[in-house]
Amino acid sequence: MNTGIPLEYFLILATIMFFVGVYGFLTRRNLLTILMSVELILNSVNINFMAFNRYLFPHKLEGMFFSLFVIAVAASEAAVAIAIIINIYRRFITINVEDVDEMKH
Amino acid sequence: MTANQLMFILFSAMIVVFSVLTVTSRRILRAAIFLLFVLVSTAGLYFMLNYQFMAAVQLTLYAGGIVVLFIFSILLTSHISQKFEPVGWKKSVFSAIAVTAGAILAIITILDYNFSATTQAAQEVNMKLIGKSLLATGEDGFVLPFEVISILLIAAMVAAIVVAKKGGPGKTQSQILNN
Repeated sequence: MNTGIPLEYFLILATIMFFVGVYGFLTRRNLLTILMSVELILNSVNINFMAFNRYLFPHKLEGMFFSLFVIAVAASEAAVAIAIIINIYRRFITINVEDVDEMKH
Repeated sequence: MTANQLMFILFSAMIVVFSVLTVTSRRILRAAIFLLFVLVSTAGLYFMLNYQFMAAVQLTLYAGGIVVLFIFSILLTSHISQKFEPVGWKKSVFSAIAVTAGAILAIITILDYNFSATTQAAQEVNMKLIGKSLLATGEDGFVLPFEVISILLIAAMVAAIVVAKKGGPGKTQSQILNN
């Protein structure tokens, strides 16, 4: 099983995915695309947990359950965030973060 | 090169390419579809690691649930052929520099660290074991985070309904359009 793939390859892949998500978080201006970048970040962390569990502690299940709980938190976060975004759209007719600044003043 | 390595190269190339496209695509619906490809390839990686249950959860919950939620809200909030204006070069260049520096630092740290695996035998992960550990107390039990996550899911469900409900003290759409 998994012969020929070192653990580091999984970690480097997850690192690249994480920082691509951070780049999207920094440059995007639409609330929904920012949320997509956050999903990328959470997903890359899950890959790390699973790879660590399989390669370093194969007799335990901690990493698997942690990523299960991360997925549950990500799902509820996406649901609440999209509810808020739809509410914002109703008030401002836009979901661009630069136009949604009424609560700042 | 074994088939395993070939599959890993395929999945990782898909993940890298499509995640870059997700954060750079100027059409929001295409960004959501690229995100779907990233999540499906991640499920493939979980299959490679022999965690079939997690791969199924990834496919049903992420690819089947969250992406559909995204697509619905995209259709509700933006015009389908709308294109974003391109990101300013200053912002994109400085973000790219910061992100590349962070990635290089993290990769150097990973390659520098000496991971040591245990010698214990691998455990077969089947559904019975997962169900028993989720509800077990004691050393290998996860009943406390299980209960916490169920309360969180209930709270999120109620919050999503309350927040997205129509009405309330805010202005309606027609009032804003009239102003």
